[in-house]
Amino acid sequence: MLLLGCVALLLGWAGIGFAGLLRPRSVFFTGRILFPLGALLGLALAALGAASLAGGGIERLVLPLGLPGLPMHLRLDPLSSVFLVLLGASSGGISLFAGGYFRAGEGTAPGLLCLQYHLFLASMGWVLIADDAYSFLVAWELMALSSYFLVVTQHRIPEIRRAGFLYLLMAHVGAICLLLCFGVMQGGSWLFTFHAMRAAHLSPGWASAAFLLALVGFGAKAGLVPLHVWLPEAHPAAPSPVSALMSGVMLKTAVYGMLRVGLDLLGRPVWWWGLVPLILGLFTIFYGVLFAAVQTDMKRLLAYSSVENIGIVFTGIGLTIVFAGSGMRVVAALALLATLYHCLNHAFMKSLLFLGTGSVLHATGERNLGRLGGLIHRMPWVAWLTLIGTLAIAGLPPLNGFVSEWLLLQSFLFADHLPHAFVNLLIPMGMALVALGAALAGYVMVKFYGVIFLGQPREASLAHAHDCGWLERIGLAWLALGCLALGLAPLQVIGALGAVTRQLIGAVVPQASAHWWLLAPVPGRPVSYGPVVFLTATLAVVLLTALLVRLTYRQRVRRAPAWDCGFGALTPRMQDTAEGFGQPIRHLFQSFFDIERELPAPADRAPRYRIAIRERIWKLLYEPLSGAVERLANAAARVQQGRISVYLLYSFATLLVLLAVALLS
Amino acid sequence: MSVTDWITQVLEVVVALAAAPALLGWLNQCRAWLQNRRAPSLWLPYRNLRKLFHKEAVIAENASPLFRIAPYVVFGSMVLAAGIIPSMGTRLPLVVSADAIALVGLFAAARVFMTLAAMDVGTAFGTLGARREMMVGFLAEPALLMVIFVASLISSSTALPVITEHLASGHLGLSPGLAFSAVAFVLVLLAENARIPVDNPATHLELTMIHEAMVLEYSARHLALMEWAAQLKLFNYVCIGFALFLPWGVATGHIGPVGLLVAIPALAVKLAAAGAGLALIETVSAKMRVMRIPEFLGTAFLFAVLGLLVHVLLGA
Repeated sequence: MLLLGCVALLLGWAGIGFAGLLRPRSVFFTGRILFPLGALLGLALAALGAASLAGGGIERLVLPLGLPGLPMHLRLDPLSSVFLVLLGASSGGISLFAGGYFRAGEGTAPGLLCLQYHLFLASMGWVLIADDAYSFLVAWELMALSSYFLVVTQHRIPEIRRAGFLYLLMAHVGAICLLLCFGVMQGGSWLFTFHAMRAAHLSPGWASAAFLLALVGFGAKAGLVPLHVWLPEAHPAAPSPVSALMSGVMLKTAVYGMLRVGLDLLGRPVWWWGLVPLILGLFTIFYGVLFAAVQTDMKRLLAYSSVENIGIVFTGIGLTIVFAGSGMRVVAALALLATLYHCLNHAFMKSLLFLGTGSVLHATGERNLGRLGGLIHRMPWVAWLTLIGTLAIAGLPPLNGFVSEWLLLQSFLFADHLPHAFVNLLIPMGMALVALGAALAGYVMVKFYGVIFLGQPREASLAHAHDCGWLERIGLAWLALGCLALGLAPLQVIGALGAVTRQLIGAVVPQASAHWWLLAPVPGRPVSYGPVVFLTATLAVVLLTALLVRLTYRQRVRRAPAWDCGFGALTPRMQDTAEGFGQPIRHLFQSFFDIERELPAPADRAPRYRIAIRERIWKLLYEPLSGAVERLANAAARVQQGRISVYLLYSFATLLVLLAVALLS
Repeated sequence: MSVTDWITQVLEVVVALAAAPALLGWLNQCRAWLQNRRAPSLWLPYRNLRKLFHKEAVIAENASPLFRIAPYVVFGSMVLAAGIIPSMGTRLPLVVSADAIALVGLFAAARVFMTLAAMDVGTAFGTLGARREMMVGFLAEPALLMVIFVASLISSSTALPVITEHLASGHLGLSPGLAFSAVAFVLVLLAENARIPVDNPATHLELTMIHEAMVLEYSARHLALMEWAAQLKLFNYVCIGFALFLPWGVATGHIGPVGLLVAIPALAVKLAAAGAGLALIETVSAKMRVMRIPEFLGTAFLFAVLGLLVHVLLGA
């Protein structure tokens, strides 16, 4: 029943999309009616997913759609339910925001945008409930295509078309790997349902090959270094609600796929498989956060921060597999909890931040951090709601980002019980990198928030910035509320996620405490965390202090020009720019970056300072690769002569070869 | 949760609030003696706070509400941290809701609010201080976490009281892993509390300062809260050091007034020794250039990771 409901809701999304074509130029019709309706469907989908998760059961359905003899298999189990909740709940907020965000005259017509947007949503949902390789890949491709068209909404700008092409290219490199992966996993039965794949017995070599193919395929979609290159290009190019959906939700469908293949379809994983996503994930954390710290475009900064968060998620997946493969089921379940929790968290906080940048972009027309500043005065709603997302993603208690990092670090602390001596030594390094990444994320987020919203406006035009509309406010507030709820009620969330760990690992993390507010998930260790008490205690101390200070010292507060050590003539130019704030990181990790710098000469009349930071990976990997592909294509093009007689000769030769083969065999 | 546990809890916070300025005063006194200067009074920090609380607050015209909230948040975080760290007794009711990782998170939250407030007015010095503070923070925070993890691996828990009880019950010598992390911890303590060689608390030379640059725009009661929070931070760090490396004298288990009678003098003696030790370090070292700080903290981070590796290698 629940599965039927999900299918109906997904079809409903597609229907809403097509309804947009009825009045393709009407912003009112799409923005005020269709998008909020889509948001309602999203919430309903989240409710269905939550109900299925609470039940913990598995539902199957075969739809006679598609090619003859190849019906679509659908399945709703705890793993897909979690991701349906993620999709529904976060897209609810994003759709509401999008209703107020899209305006006329910005690239694609609103009605068409509505179609692409809702097809994107529906295809993501379809990926999550697909139960055979055909419907999975069809939905996967639909997802890639609809999001491609969304990315190139402003298709008149050449950079955006280029970014869209790069995205499409990476999406297809990944899709090829997935195709091969499913081909390996059917294991000679030539049945492409997931059920048959679970039953297939693969030799260890083929199973490992399937796992690595899945890692490349899903890693390219998720943004695992070195396959992340499309993220910093496509996210800034897309309209902000689309960036939010892509970063918050679409990357998670790749995580879903990884979990589905690695922990479900391939059966019991081999422990060393986990080392690959673990090491790649750790590197991704470090790499993503370093590049985020030196960005000057606010959406590009967030895109690199997404790379970092995907690194955290893959680190969690790697740990889960290492533990599960070594027979430490409960600890593996703990690591899996951290992974899933971080996915949920990131869906809310990153969407919130992307939408926040969308409002800023609409109000000011600027994406460059160097031309923003002081917006907390002009856009208080956006500023204060974004602050919640900023603090959450910086991993500060008692918000949600902290919970998943806490769980991940706790599961790291079990690594010294692993039966592999070499891995035992590797794990402390991993812990150090996760901790360093978390601290650097704080750096990045202070830069992001401080430069955009605090200080003095860096441009005179910012004085006319306006706060966002009410639909946008509701969307932002919903996501901020999600961040708070995930931060304050981890016990309830973890209780619901138990069905997934039972399904994938066969173990549940026991709750050692009887209190509803106390999170004590670590088996056999007296460790606990109570965010509600934490928040209450902090608030109590803060309020008590404020009250005491107010009652005891009644002196008034006087407003005066900034003191600034007595220097007069304070101008906005004296604040740190985004480049300035990132300078220590750039200086310290110089060898990571490909820096191009133009410094003014001492006698310059109009001094100019320009700095461009690129990834070395372009020169080291992608440029040689694309060069090789081009040379190969040129070599192959010699076959293509353009003359009919030559082509007839080819056909004749082929025929002869085939005949020879047939005769010899 | 008995009544004595709650009394211990309240007492810990009250002692921290009351003793934190004295610790700073004592440190300054020792430093003055070591440098052949006439020492300021031990009570100078208290007088300073009192003076600041009685003044009229002046706030920049373009300061946002965040600027006024931040001192309370920073101060509140430090008070809460004082309640989590087992400085006198280990049976603390609050501590179940926050383990050592949450404690590091609490310090990070205070840091983020402080830096955001520093950027709020939009002065050159404010943003400069914020940037430098985050530069110190992003290396010091993971180093502190690593130090704590060594102790956590030894005692199989990240809850500070459990760590302290475990370490206090063990033999007297430090384990090799802990020895490395002790070195790392001292370096982190110096950096996090804006002491020489990382920052000079006495300077008002703008180009070299970190902490002072951030609180430049604050006055009166807001400044008093910020200063008091900084003193509490020093106190808290020193107490974390005691909890991890010198857990003797801390009352473990359910205690009555007798346990506290031992714990309070023990804490006082340890604080006095720590203050003198810090004064000695500050006297014999010189302030570093700002861009050398990451090297200093990188050393701390490496020492902490080394401690972890040594612990895993030697198997406790």
